[in-house]
Amino acid sequence: MDVNEIIKPENLVYRKPTLLNDNTMHYCPGCSHGVVHKLVAEIIEEMGMMENTIAVSPVGCAVFAYNYVDVDWIQAAHGRAPAVATAAKRLNPHKLVFTYQGDGDLAAIGTAETVHACNRGENITIIFINNGIYGMTGGQMAPTTLEGMVTVTCPYGRKPELNGYPLHIGELLAKLKGTCYVTRQSVHTAAAIRKCKKAIMQGFENSMNKKGTSVIEIVSTCNTGWKMSPDKANVWMTENMFAEYPMGDLKNE
Amino acid sequence: MAKIKGAITVNAERCKGCNLCVVACPSDVLALQPQKVNQKGYNYAYMANPDNCIGCASCGIVCPDGCIEVYKVKL
Repeated sequence: MDVNEIIKPENLVYRKPTLLNDNTMHYCPGCSHGVVHKLVAEIIEEMGMMENTIAVSPVGCAVFAYNYVDVDWIQAAHGRAPAVATAAKRLNPHKLVFTYQGDGDLAAIGTAETVHACNRGENITIIFINNGIYGMTGGQMAPTTLEGMVTVTCPYGRKPELNGYPLHIGELLAKLKGTCYVTRQSVHTAAAIRKCKKAIMQGFENSMNKKGTSVIEIVSTCNTGWKMSPDKANVWMTENMFAEYPMGDLKNE
Repeated sequence: MAKIKGAITVNAERCKGCNLCVVACPSDVLALQPQKVNQKGYNYAYMANPDNCIGCASCGIVCPDGCIEVYKVKL
Protein backbone atom coordinates (compact mmCIF):
# COMPACT_ATOMS: atom_id res chain seq x y z
CA MET A 1 0.00 0.00 0.00
CA ASP A 2 1.33 3.39 -0.94
CA VAL A 3 2.17 5.88 1.81
CA ASN A 4 0.02 8.55 0.16
CA GLU A 5 -3.02 6.27 0.39
CA ILE A 6 -2.54 5.98 4.16
CA ILE A 7 -2.00 9.69 4.78
CA LYS A 8 -5.65 10.79 4.77
CA PRO A 9 -7.58 12.72 7.44
CA GLU A 10 -9.79 9.72 8.30
CA ASN A 11 -6.73 7.61 9.20
CA LEU A 12 -5.19 10.20 11.54
CA VAL A 13 -4.31 8.69 14.94
CA TYR A 14 -1.96 11.26 16.43
CA ARG A 15 -1.15 14.92 15.92
CA LYS A 16 -0.10 17.78 18.16
CA PRO A 17 -3.01 19.40 20.04
CA THR A 18 -4.42 22.52 18.38
CA LEU A 19 -4.00 24.42 21.66
CA LEU A 20 -0.25 24.15 21.08
CA ASN A 21 0.08 26.77 18.35
CA ASP A 22 2.34 26.85 15.30
CA ASN A 23 5.04 29.15 16.74
CA THR A 24 8.38 27.39 16.58
CA MET A 25 9.53 26.76 20.14
CA HIS A 26 12.73 28.44 21.27
CA TYR A 27 13.81 25.36 23.23
CA CYS A 28 16.95 23.45 22.26
CA PRO A 29 16.48 20.32 20.12
CA GLY A 30 15.27 17.44 22.29
CA CYS A 31 14.26 19.59 25.30
CA SER A 32 11.74 17.96 27.65
CA HIS A 33 9.81 21.24 27.94
CA GLY A 34 8.28 20.66 24.50
CA VAL A 35 6.81 17.32 25.54
CA VAL A 36 5.36 18.72 28.76
CA HIS A 37 3.87 21.74 26.91
CA LYS A 38 2.25 19.28 24.52
CA LEU A 39 0.82 17.23 27.42
CA VAL A 40 -0.54 20.33 29.17
CA ALA A 41 -2.20 21.50 25.93
CA GLU A 42 -3.68 18.04 25.29
CA ILE A 43 -5.10 17.78 28.81
CA ILE A 44 -6.62 21.27 28.82
CA GLU A 45 -8.22 20.48 25.45
CA GLU A 46 -9.59 17.16 26.72
CA MET A 47 -10.98 18.82 29.85
CA GLY A 48 -12.57 21.55 27.68
CA MET A 49 -10.98 24.26 29.85
CA MET A 50 -9.45 26.27 26.97
CA GLU A 51 -11.30 29.45 27.96
CA ASN A 52 -11.11 28.83 31.72
CA THR A 53 -7.44 28.32 32.42
CA ILE A 54 -4.95 30.70 34.01
CA ALA A 55 -1.38 29.50 33.84
CA VAL A 56 1.57 31.11 35.59
CA SER A 57 4.92 30.93 33.86
CA PRO A 58 8.24 31.13 35.74
CA VAL A 59 11.60 32.73 35.10
CA GLY A 60 13.77 30.23 33.29
CA CYS A 61 13.58 28.55 29.91
CA ALA A 62 9.80 28.17 30.22
CA VAL A 63 9.32 31.94 30.61
CA PHE A 64 8.04 32.09 27.03
CA ALA A 65 5.51 29.28 27.52
CA TYR A 66 2.80 31.87 26.81
CA ASN A 67 3.93 31.97 23.20
CA TYR A 68 3.13 28.30 22.66
CA VAL A 69 0.08 27.20 24.67
CA ASP A 70 -2.95 29.32 23.83
CA VAL A 71 -4.45 29.87 27.30
CA ASP A 72 -4.26 32.93 29.56
CA TRP A 73 -0.83 33.30 31.14
CA ILE A 74 0.67 35.47 33.86
CA GLN A 75 4.43 35.82 33.95
CA ALA A 76 5.54 35.87 37.59
CA ALA A 77 8.70 37.31 39.12
CA HIS A 78 11.47 34.78 39.75
CA GLY A 79 10.15 32.02 42.02
CA ARG A 80 6.90 33.83 42.87
CA ALA A 81 4.63 31.77 40.60
CA PRO A 82 2.82 29.92 43.46
CA ALA A 83 2.09 33.27 45.17
CA VAL A 84 0.67 34.72 41.94
CA ALA A 85 -1.30 31.52 41.33
CA THR A 86 -2.71 31.76 44.87
CA ALA A 87 -4.21 35.17 44.07
CA ALA A 88 -5.45 34.04 40.65
CA LYS A 89 -7.20 30.99 42.11
CA ARG A 90 -8.71 32.80 45.12
CA LEU A 91 -10.15 35.52 42.87
CA ASN A 92 -11.30 33.05 40.18
CA PRO A 93 -12.23 29.86 42.04
CA HIS A 94 -13.98 28.35 39.00
CA LYS A 95 -10.85 28.62 36.81
CA LEU A 96 -8.13 26.03 36.39
CA VAL A 97 -4.94 27.58 37.76
CA PHE A 98 -1.54 25.98 37.47
CA THR A 99 2.10 27.04 37.64
CA TYR A 100 4.83 25.72 35.39
CA GLN A 101 8.26 26.02 37.02
CA GLY A 102 11.81 24.79 36.70
CA ASP A 103 14.09 23.72 39.53
CA GLY A 104 15.96 27.03 39.71
CA ASP A 105 12.65 28.87 40.01
CA LEU A 106 10.78 26.51 42.33
CA ALA A 107 13.51 24.89 44.41
CA ALA A 108 15.99 27.78 44.78
CA ILE A 109 14.67 31.34 44.79
CA GLY A 110 11.02 30.33 45.14
CA THR A 111 11.31 27.77 47.95
CA ALA A 112 9.48 29.96 50.46
CA GLU A 113 6.56 30.71 48.12
CA THR A 114 6.31 27.04 47.11
CA VAL A 115 6.41 25.68 50.65
CA HIS A 116 3.86 28.20 51.94
CA ALA A 117 1.46 27.82 49.00
CA CYS A 118 1.56 24.04 49.55
CA ASN A 119 1.22 24.43 53.31
CA ARG A 120 -1.87 26.64 52.85
CA GLY A 121 -3.29 23.95 50.56
CA GLU A 122 -4.10 26.34 47.74
CA ASN A 123 -6.21 24.63 45.07
CA ILE A 124 -3.57 24.95 42.38
CA THR A 125 -1.40 22.50 40.46
CA ILE A 126 2.36 22.95 40.39
CA ILE A 127 4.20 21.42 37.44
CA PHE A 128 7.84 21.20 38.45
CA ILE A 129 10.46 20.48 35.78
CA ASN A 130 13.54 19.06 37.54
CA ASN A 131 16.61 18.79 35.32
CA GLY A 132 19.23 19.38 38.03
CA ILE A 133 20.73 22.47 36.42
CA TYR A 134 20.04 26.13 35.59
CA GLY A 135 19.40 25.68 31.87
CA MET A 136 18.66 29.20 30.64
CA THR A 137 21.59 31.01 32.23
CA GLY A 138 24.20 28.57 30.94
CA GLY A 139 24.22 25.44 33.10
CA GLN A 140 25.02 26.57 36.66
CA MET A 141 24.58 24.39 39.75
CA ALA A 142 21.02 24.20 41.09
CA PRO A 143 19.88 22.92 44.51
CA THR A 144 18.77 19.74 42.71
CA THR A 145 22.16 19.10 41.06
CA LEU A 146 23.37 15.56 41.83
CA GLU A 147 26.40 14.85 44.01
CA GLY A 148 29.50 14.76 41.83
CA MET A 149 27.65 16.23 38.84
CA VAL A 150 29.73 18.69 36.83
CA THR A 151 28.26 22.11 36.04
CA VAL A 152 29.93 25.40 35.08
CA THR A 153 29.87 26.63 38.71
CA CYS A 154 31.12 23.31 40.14
CA PRO A 155 33.58 22.18 37.45
CA TYR A 156 35.04 19.46 39.71
CA GLY A 157 31.63 18.04 40.57
CA ARG A 158 29.19 18.99 43.34
CA LYS A 159 30.73 18.33 46.75
CA PRO A 160 28.25 17.95 49.65
CA GLU A 161 30.71 19.42 52.20
CA LEU A 162 30.91 22.61 50.13
CA ASN A 163 27.58 22.77 48.28
CA GLY A 164 25.21 20.67 50.37
CA TYR A 165 23.06 17.80 49.19
CA PRO A 166 20.56 17.54 46.31
CA LEU A 167 17.25 19.01 47.48
CA HIS A 168 14.35 16.55 47.40
CA ILE A 169 11.57 19.09 47.09
CA GLY A 170 8.98 16.39 46.28
CA GLU A 171 9.55 14.52 49.56
CA LEU A 172 9.58 17.84 51.42
CA LEU A 173 6.21 18.95 50.02
CA ALA A 174 4.67 15.49 50.49
CA LYS A 175 5.12 15.96 54.28
CA LEU A 176 2.89 19.05 54.31
CA LYS A 177 -0.79 18.71 55.20
CA GLY A 178 -1.89 21.07 52.43
CA THR A 179 -0.78 18.90 49.54
CA CYS A 180 -3.13 16.17 48.29
CA TYR A 181 -1.08 14.70 45.47
CA VAL A 182 2.70 14.68 45.04
CA THR A 183 4.17 12.54 42.30
CA ARG A 184 7.41 12.20 40.39
CA GLN A 185 7.26 11.38 36.69
CA SER A 186 9.45 11.59 33.61
CA VAL A 187 8.92 12.08 29.87
CA HIS A 188 11.74 10.10 28.25
CA THR A 189 9.72 7.29 26.59
CA ALA A 190 6.23 7.01 25.11
CA ALA A 191 5.09 4.89 28.10
CA ALA A 192 6.47 7.37 30.63
CA ILE A 193 4.79 10.24 28.77
CA ARG A 194 1.40 8.47 28.94
CA LYS A 195 1.84 7.97 32.71
CA CYS A 196 2.88 11.57 33.14
CA LYS A 197 -0.22 12.71 31.26
CA LYS A 198 -2.42 10.78 33.70
CA ALA A 199 -0.59 12.39 36.63
CA ILE A 200 -1.04 15.94 35.30
CA MET A 201 -4.69 15.18 34.56
CA GLN A 202 -5.20 14.02 38.15
CA GLY A 203 -3.47 17.14 39.45
CA PHE A 204 -5.77 19.40 37.42
CA GLU A 205 -8.84 17.47 38.56
CA ASN A 206 -7.74 17.70 42.21
CA SER A 207 -7.42 21.46 41.92
CA MET A 208 -10.90 21.76 40.35
CA ASN A 209 -12.33 19.50 43.11
CA LYS A 210 -10.76 21.76 45.80
CA LYS A 211 -8.73 18.92 47.30
CA GLY A 212 -5.55 20.94 47.91
CA THR A 213 -2.26 21.52 46.16
CA SER A 214 -1.02 18.97 43.64
CA VAL A 215 2.68 18.84 42.78
CA ILE A 216 3.80 17.00 39.64
CA GLU A 217 7.58 16.80 39.57
CA ILE A 218 8.89 15.83 36.15
CA VAL A 219 12.50 14.63 36.10
CA SER A 220 13.73 15.79 32.73
CA THR A 221 16.81 16.43 30.66
CA CYS A 222 18.76 19.55 29.77
CA ASN A 223 20.96 18.13 27.05
CA THR A 224 22.60 21.49 26.32
CA GLY A 225 23.41 22.16 29.98
CA TRP A 226 24.56 18.58 30.48
CA LYS A 227 26.59 18.84 27.25
CA MET A 228 25.20 15.66 25.68
CA SER A 229 23.11 14.70 22.67
CA PRO A 230 19.34 14.43 23.42
CA ASP A 231 19.25 10.62 23.27
CA LYS A 232 22.41 10.27 25.41
CA ALA A 233 20.90 12.72 27.92
CA ASN A 234 17.87 10.43 28.26
CA VAL A 235 20.14 7.46 28.98
CA TRP A 236 22.20 9.50 31.48
CA MET A 237 18.98 10.57 33.19
CA THR A 238 17.72 7.00 33.62
CA GLU A 239 21.11 5.90 35.00
CA ASN A 240 21.87 8.81 37.33
CA MET A 241 18.86 11.05 37.99
CA PHE A 242 16.44 8.15 38.65
CA ALA A 243 18.78 6.76 41.33
CA GLU A 244 18.58 10.05 43.26
CA TYR A 245 14.98 10.90 42.33
CA PRO A 246 12.98 7.63 42.12
CA MET A 247 9.77 7.63 40.06
CA GLY A 248 6.29 7.17 41.51
CA ASP A 249 3.66 8.73 43.75
CA LEU A 250 4.99 10.26 46.96
CA LYS A 251 1.52 11.10 48.26
CA ASN A 252 -1.95 10.46 46.88
CA GLU A 253 -4.93 11.27 49.11
CA MET B 1 -4.93 -11.31 12.18
CA ALA B 2 -5.66 -8.00 10.55
CA LYS B 3 -2.58 -6.37 9.17
CA ILE B 4 -1.89 -2.84 10.27
CA LYS B 5 -0.03 -0.29 8.23
CA GLY B 6 0.99 3.14 9.31
CA ALA B 7 2.57 6.25 7.91
CA ILE B 8 3.77 9.56 9.31
CA THR B 9 4.30 13.08 8.07
CA VAL B 10 7.04 15.28 9.50
CA ASN B 11 6.73 19.05 9.55
CA ALA B 12 10.26 19.50 8.21
CA GLU B 13 10.51 23.23 8.99
CA ARG B 14 9.46 22.69 12.62
CA CYS B 15 11.73 19.66 13.14
CA LYS B 16 14.99 20.31 15.03
CA GLY B 17 16.64 16.98 14.27
CA CYS B 18 16.91 15.93 17.93
CA ASN B 19 16.85 12.21 17.00
CA LEU B 20 14.42 11.27 19.82
CA CYS B 21 11.80 9.90 17.37
CA VAL B 22 14.46 7.75 15.67
CA VAL B 23 15.36 6.21 19.06
CA ALA B 24 11.70 5.78 20.07
CA CYS B 25 10.61 3.98 16.88
CA PRO B 26 10.20 0.23 17.63
CA SER B 27 10.35 -0.84 13.96
CA ASP B 28 13.30 1.19 12.75
CA VAL B 29 11.32 3.35 10.34
CA LEU B 30 12.75 6.78 10.99
CA ALA B 31 16.12 8.36 10.31
CA LEU B 32 17.53 11.86 10.07
CA GLN B 33 18.13 13.22 6.57
CA PRO B 34 21.79 12.49 5.80
CA GLN B 35 22.19 15.42 3.38
CA LYS B 36 19.15 17.69 3.29
CA VAL B 37 18.60 20.40 5.90
CA ASN B 38 15.66 22.71 6.62
CA GLN B 39 15.83 26.52 6.73
CA LYS B 40 17.33 26.48 10.23
CA GLY B 41 20.05 24.04 9.14
CA TYR B 42 18.78 20.96 10.99
CA ASN B 43 18.87 17.48 9.45
CA TYR B 44 15.16 16.75 9.83
CA ALA B 45 13.56 13.34 10.41
CA TYR B 46 11.96 11.33 7.59
CA MET B 47 10.59 7.84 6.91
CA ALA B 48 13.63 5.86 5.78
CA ASN B 49 11.81 2.49 5.79
CA PRO B 50 8.13 3.37 5.23
CA ASP B 51 7.12 -0.29 4.77
CA ASN B 52 7.91 -1.12 8.42
CA CYS B 53 5.63 1.53 9.97
CA ILE B 54 2.87 0.15 12.23
CA GLY B 55 1.33 3.49 13.20
CA CYS B 56 2.08 3.08 16.93
CA ALA B 57 2.55 6.86 17.34
CA SER B 58 5.60 6.48 19.65
CA CYS B 59 7.49 8.98 17.48
CA GLY B 60 4.66 11.51 17.64
CA ILE B 61 4.31 11.18 21.42
CA VAL B 62 8.02 11.69 22.17
CA CYS B 63 8.51 14.53 19.65
CA PRO B 64 9.20 17.65 21.79
CA ASP B 65 8.17 19.99 18.97
CA GLY B 66 5.01 18.21 17.88
CA CYS B 67 6.08 17.95 14.24
CA ILE B 68 4.87 14.40 13.61
CA GLU B 69 1.39 13.37 12.48
CA VAL B 70 0.63 9.64 12.53
CA TYR B 71 -1.82 7.79 10.28
CA LYS B 72 -2.91 4.16 10.54
CA VAL B 73 -5.07 1.77 8.47
CA LYS B 74 -6.24 -1.82 9.00
CA LEU B 75 -5.87 -3.85 5.83
